[in-house]
Amino acid sequence: MFLIYCPYCEEHREEEEFRPKGQAHIVRPKDPEACSDEEWGDYLFFRDNPRGIHHEMWVHAVGCRKFFNVTRNTVTYEILETYKMGERPRITAESLASGEIQGNVQVAGGGQQTVGASNAAVEAVKGEQA
Amino acid sequence: MSKSVTQPNRLKEGGRIDRSRKLGFTFNGQHYQGHAGDTLASALLANGVDIVNRSFKYSRPRGIVAAGAEEPNALVQLGSNEAAQVPNVRATQQALFDGLVARSTNGWPNVQRDVMSLVGKLGGRFMPPGFYYKTFMAPASMWMTYEKYIRKGAGLGRSPMEADPDSYDHLNQHCDLLVIGAGPAGLAAALTAARSGARVILADEQEEMGGSLLDSRELLDQQPAAKWAERVLEELAGLDNVMLLPRTTANGYHDHHFVTLHERRTEHLGETAPLVDGHRGVRSRMHRVRAGQVLLATGAHERPLVYANNDVPGNLLAGAVSTYIRRYGVVPGNKLVLSTSNDHAYRAALDWVEAGREVVAIVDARANPQGDWIDAAKAKGIRIITGSAVIEAKGEKRVSAARVAKIDLDAFKVTGQAETLACDTIASSGGYSPVIHLASHTGARPTWNEEILGFVPSLVKGVHAAGSARGIHDLAAGMADGVAMAAQALEALGQSARAVELPQVDARREGPACALYQVPHEKPTLRAPKQFVDLQNDVTAGGIELATREGFESIEHVKRYTAMGFGTDQGKLGNINGMAIAARCLGKTIPEVGTTVFRPNYTPVTFGAIAGRHCRDLFDPERYTALHQWHVENGAEFEDVGQWKRPWYFPKVVNGKKETMFDAVARECRAVREKVGILDASTLGKIDIQGPDAREFLGRVYTNKWEKLAVGKCRYGLMCKDDGMVTDDGVTSCLADNHFLMTTTTGGAAAVLEWLELWHQTEWPELNVTFTSVTDHWATMTITGPEARNLLAEITDIDLDRDTFKFMDWREGKVAGVPARVFRISFTGELTYEINVQANYAMHVWKTLFSHGEKYGLTPYGTETMHVLRAEKGFIIVGQDTDGSVTPEDLGMQWCVGYDKPYSWIGKRALTRSDTRRTDRKQLVGLKPKDPKVVLEEGAQIVFDPKHAIPMPMAGHVTSSYYSPTLDSGFALAVVKGGQQKMGETVYLPMADGQVHEAEIVSPIFVDPKGERQNV
Repeated sequence: MFLIYCPYCEEHREEEEFRPKGQAHIVRPKDPEACSDEEWGDYLFFRDNPRGIHHEMWVHAVGCRKFFNVTRNTVTYEILETYKMGERPRITAESLASGEIQGNVQVAGGGQQTVGASNAAVEAVKGEQA
Repeated sequence: MSKSVTQPNRLKEGGRIDRSRKLGFTFNGQHYQGHAGDTLASALLANGVDIVNRSFKYSRPRGIVAAGAEEPNALVQLGSNEAAQVPNVRATQQALFDGLVARSTNGWPNVQRDVMSLVGKLGGRFMPPGFYYKTFMAPASMWMTYEKYIRKGAGLGRSPMEADPDSYDHLNQHCDLLVIGAGPAGLAAALTAARSGARVILADEQEEMGGSLLDSRELLDQQPAAKWAERVLEELAGLDNVMLLPRTTANGYHDHHFVTLHERRTEHLGETAPLVDGHRGVRSRMHRVRAGQVLLATGAHERPLVYANNDVPGNLLAGAVSTYIRRYGVVPGNKLVLSTSNDHAYRAALDWVEAGREVVAIVDARANPQGDWIDAAKAKGIRIITGSAVIEAKGEKRVSAARVAKIDLDAFKVTGQAETLACDTIASSGGYSPVIHLASHTGARPTWNEEILGFVPSLVKGVHAAGSARGIHDLAAGMADGVAMAAQALEALGQSARAVELPQVDARREGPACALYQVPHEKPTLRAPKQFVDLQNDVTAGGIELATREGFESIEHVKRYTAMGFGTDQGKLGNINGMAIAARCLGKTIPEVGTTVFRPNYTPVTFGAIAGRHCRDLFDPERYTALHQWHVENGAEFEDVGQWKRPWYFPKVVNGKKETMFDAVARECRAVREKVGILDASTLGKIDIQGPDAREFLGRVYTNKWEKLAVGKCRYGLMCKDDGMVTDDGVTSCLADNHFLMTTTTGGAAAVLEWLELWHQTEWPELNVTFTSVTDHWATMTITGPEARNLLAEITDIDLDRDTFKFMDWREGKVAGVPARVFRISFTGELTYEINVQANYAMHVWKTLFSHGEKYGLTPYGTETMHVLRAEKGFIIVGQDTDGSVTPEDLGMQWCVGYDKPYSWIGKRALTRSDTRRTDRKQLVGLKPKDPKVVLEEGAQIVFDPKHAIPMPMAGHVTSSYYSPTLDSGFALAVVKGGQQKMGETVYLPMADGQVHEAEIVSPIFVDPKGERQNV
């Protein structure tokens, strides 16, 4: 069971308080009528299923009711950061691969990372991708 | 109790038992005695009980093999009465208490004389792995019948048939460091962390903490090792920052250092928790621990050697022999042969001799073993046979001899003439497997360590292992490792470790072990007597060899084909041996074959502990409306809708006889259509929406238009997901230009609120609007029927004139003297007022309505009547008449879709996809059964041609179906392919019993198609 840092409540809370809402950063097309059936189908139904770093949306369902984003390693289940809606992730598969992030990362918005995100976690992720 | 020869195998002195306290117990109907401090297993061995069970598949007699959690055979059923039954308890883990009653889990009519063993003896050859699947495969319909008898024959213990008198609970815990295992490494680690000021939980599964220190030959500071353990435990017990949990198994490691600890609080005291001051204590407790760091000091399990007939009672693990002698003062036999691949096991022979019994020989697989304990054995005059192993045990109900022969490890064959040594006990040791189960739960794959001939855990961040748990079996090194790993864990927490002085352990010379798993026999594996790998599941070396020959190459497939590592055992004894055999047969190395995955739970956990207090009344929350008490007092039958208790119908009692549901619903329906009925509709979801952009927001989430809805008006709305499928519906009212009240389905209230928040927070944060759930704040009373206006007029100051307070209007005023909102909307098709008042006024208003209602025939009705009435009008229920694949147009609700709205509202784009434009989609229609007495089954499949060859193409299904008292006929709503263009056509509903019903496709509106009755 995860321990999740809610970036709005600024506290670690048990997973029981949250609900996962699927892949984060899915953008609804600005002009849906201009989309082909295929483009609209991609928006509606197609999602990534990466091994490793995944950005997901969660909601603090029985807490503050706020939606926010989580960067999670789907192999180790480590949560590397949580960040508010509208913000971009600090940790991505690319940033880890390029060595830009050195571990002991702080989440965007000045919050604190959940369990995880030390050098070892970052190394583990790099190892997965190597 | 009879005064027979008591405890022939009990030593005169020694052990950690309390000889002053004698405990009586019953095993398979026989009375025995043991001592406080015994386990059931040690007491049975003390009493010379050889056979404790029959094996799972072959019904072979089985004895006690181990002394702890790894015991595969001694599974017993506990309990002197029905309610106290506990299945599959390991006798090695059950503390003895006075009056304990246990039976063998397996064996009929008894373990001494078992009818199934005939199958085992005759059938052994033709019961290879997969026997049951292969033999009982056809016909498939009979498998359930076969399985019932196979299970009875196999015997797996049984659950109690009466309620459990005990209670269980859960406790949430937090700590800096959770140490699992209180052996040498765990104690050293816990002491280090505790002295450093960290919050520590130390959990250990045994009756007494100390692990291997409790039966070690080695001295710490020239004192018995157990003395040091006692001192450390005393210190830890006195510290406020330490919680000691004995009799507590870490049964599962979950994510983010969440570990479940199962504490057995009273199972050592009696079969139910004893009464203390008239209260029964908690029998077992689940600690839900969220730890900062976790240290695994779970030790190692000894591996038995795999030789022929290694399952005959009298074959034990070498370490278990030492444990029984040193910890319980029990020698489980008279004449011992020890077969080993390593130095450490020599202690069993040394302990045996010191207990005053005969060691026939130590058989060592190594050509030239060298070490202090080997010298000690020689000094005691014990015969040591090198380069050899026990290749076969003789005896049926107890070992009578060991056949010993020279073996060639590399060529895997017997190289010399076998010698037969008379004995009654064979102890074996093939090395030590670190207990890596919890580390495996984290998802980390263990790695093979050739030096220790075992898998060592891979560790995720924040998890540490120390001592034997990671292959450091030496006592002094293991304790030092505990200190070092605790320091490492503290450092990760940002704390610094205080130095801990460890006791002096005399250095001991120890030679390297050799790799020996299955012992070769003169005959090939498949012809030799059975060599058991997994005793609990009766998996043999031959079975594994056969599996690999039949093409099962992955160890996961071998496991599933042979059942190796299944059951309550989870491969504790057999897995490594099984992998080694598979590796040999496949010509691979053990790391190439790999290991299977260990999953929670480590040992079985009683359901009581998993459920905790979440049972009976606390199993699931129940929600009551403000009027619940009235419903109860007036005899309502209730229906669960989500967590709500809603009145289902109100049966009347006439002449002492309770009305049937059919009669009650018919009466309630007539009351509404002819006079006036009243429904408690408080459970409808209500969301208060405010803000300058509220109207715009509604236009985006609903399919229809909202820009012109005036204050004082209500409108029905349909909500889709972005895939164009209907997801909720309800009436929304305009309270003020920037203030709306949305109602949702009872079940959809929470989901709709989350849906609104999702779109507002993620897509349209620029819209200034807020949402508040007010479901519980307002009680809703629906009065409906021709007399509704006359009734309401008596108790309200609101002008009810039909031209000023029209259908789909709402008004504010007083009802029964309290502030109310009254909505003129209808879910029955009749003249209806939905009266909303603050929830705590509801009972007053409801009773006032009844005090005025008698003359109008006011009748309370429940959800069943509500369903009939709404279906007669063709009003859908989302989730019953829709299923996530139904568009507004499929429902014939084009009138509720505003394609020309300026914003591309949720679902709009999807409604022009090629698939949603198809004309043969399933569409909502009414069905009129040709026989009016027939009420079609909800869910029944619809076909156009009942004579079509099977499989028939399905044309749709029935979604709602009732008897209508108004029509005096059955009627139904259904979805039918292209149904809206098929009015008047006949469809067929073939039923499971062979009947075929006929029905005509009609409009879904059965009563008052023009909607005149609600508009009077």
